[in-house]
Amino acid sequence: MIIYFLKYYDKLLIALLEHLEIVLITIIISLILAMILTVFVQLSKIISTILTGFFSMIYSIPSLALFSLLIPITGLGKDTAIIVLVLYNQYILLRNFIAGLDNVDENIIEAAKGMGMSNMQMLIKVKIPLAKKSLFTGIRLAVVSTIGIATIGALINAGGLGTILFDGLRTMNVNKILWGSILSAGLALFADKILQKIENKSF
Amino acid sequence: MSVAIEFKNVSKKFDKANYNAVDDISFTVNEGELVTILGSSGSGKTTLLRLTNRLIDPDKGEIILFGENIKTVDVIKVRRRIGYVIQQIGLFPHMNIKENISVVCKLMKWEESRIDARVDELLNLVGLDPKEYKYRFPKQLSGGQQQRIGLARALAIDPKIMLLDEPFGAIDSITRLKLQDELLSIHGGLKKTFLFVTHDIEEAFKMGNRVMIMNEGKIIQFDTPENIIKNPKDEFVKTLMNSAKEKTKLWEKYI
Ligand SMILES: Nc1ncnc2c1ncn2[C@@H]1O[C@H](COP(=O)(O)OP(=O)(O)O)[C@@H](O)[C@H]1O
Ligand SMILES: [Mg+2]
Repeated sequence: MIIYFLKYYDKLLIALLEHLEIVLITIIISLILAMILTVFVQLSKIISTILTGFFSMIYSIPSLALFSLLIPITGLGKDTAIIVLVLYNQYILLRNFIAGLDNVDENIIEAAKGMGMSNMQMLIKVKIPLAKKSLFTGIRLAVVSTIGIATIGALINAGGLGTILFDGLRTMNVNKILWGSILSAGLALFADKILQKIENKSF
Repeated sequence: MSVAIEFKNVSKKFDKANYNAVDDISFTVNEGELVTILGSSGSGKTTLLRLTNRLIDPDKGEIILFGENIKTVDVIKVRRRIGYVIQQIGLFPHMNIKENISVVCKLMKWEESRIDARVDELLNLVGLDPKEYKYRFPKQLSGGQQQRIGLARALAIDPKIMLLDEPFGAIDSITRLKLQDELLSIHGGLKKTFLFVTHDIEEAFKMGNRVMIMNEGKIIQFDTPENIIKNPKDEFVKTLMNSAKEKTKLWEKYI
């Protein structure tokens, strides 16, 4: 196993970096989109119900099926994988963001409104800092799930650790299967730890 | 003397309710008065306050503050002109005392030196040493101290009208008496108009220049403590007076 690593470390490293690239792009787009959607959701109850309903429906579609559905529109490759991953993340992020913001003590909200804060000021100064825990829970879940599901992207030529994993499965090469899994799980654990550190340091 | 607050036939019914929480209410409060609003739970006291700072809007009627119909004024502007203190206090747990008090000053882009001086001034006013308390967090204060901060925060940008919703409701009786006296002296020194909600009859009669007695969304009697005691308007007010007398009898029995 170690020998395999020493022999093919360049291939493994490239797959890992590709994987990291997909994950990073996905997370950045997901966060920006989720923030915009969360602000919209704050504006109206109806928008909130429609959006969470829509994304929970998408979330319930198996990833392979969703990939295949998109191929006719966006083709094979990384872009399609990223679109699918961003869609999945919206469910995870929106649910946690909305729950966190809605759970802020209503007396605190009453006081904030009463002193003449606008909805935006209340969101930034009061709700977001107090919902920190839920917000980070959402982000961590999204990152870990993205790292995992991104491996399936290899089936539509998105590259990444999935390539090694599925190569291994096809050729029954245990070393490849093991290294594909170890690197992907290790990446998830590592990312989760880093985010935890950031969470504890922030605010 | 100018009129600070005027309600003209104001009604408010909440969605799904089949009665008016505030029911065709009219009254005026003069500038500088401290009016206490007395009524049992559910009589519409909180609703009346929240109508005054446009946390909710009435279904019918007009609310006029210093001659201006508040329906025509931006909600944020209305609220910034009014200080609001609630029973649950609602301090921001993630901000220290200085930040809590100066939230709105910051939103209005006051300079740091002005904010700092104002926070010291307010802490002194509510009887807390700035050096000791400025950089503490809410959870490091007792309930009474937290409510003092709630009061200081509401006073921060010097509103002409203060709404206080059972501010001492959750505070032990000794601290409560002290806070009542302090609030009276703050009111005396500031020339502001106070609407002070309570369900405690002694508190209402001790604090108010005039007392507004509410029941089921209506004003039953609105007069000076002396006039109400001498001429209770109906059975409801008489029963209320008697309940207070019962309490004093308990003490007299053993003295
Ligand atoms: N946000 C609300 N939604 C629905 N009903 C409410 C709301 N606030 C108050 N009410 C109802 O309006 C009536 C008056 O309530 P409130 O003004 O809070 O009374 P008080 O402050 O005197 O205890 C009560 O019957 C209460 O249940
Ligand atoms: Mg109330």
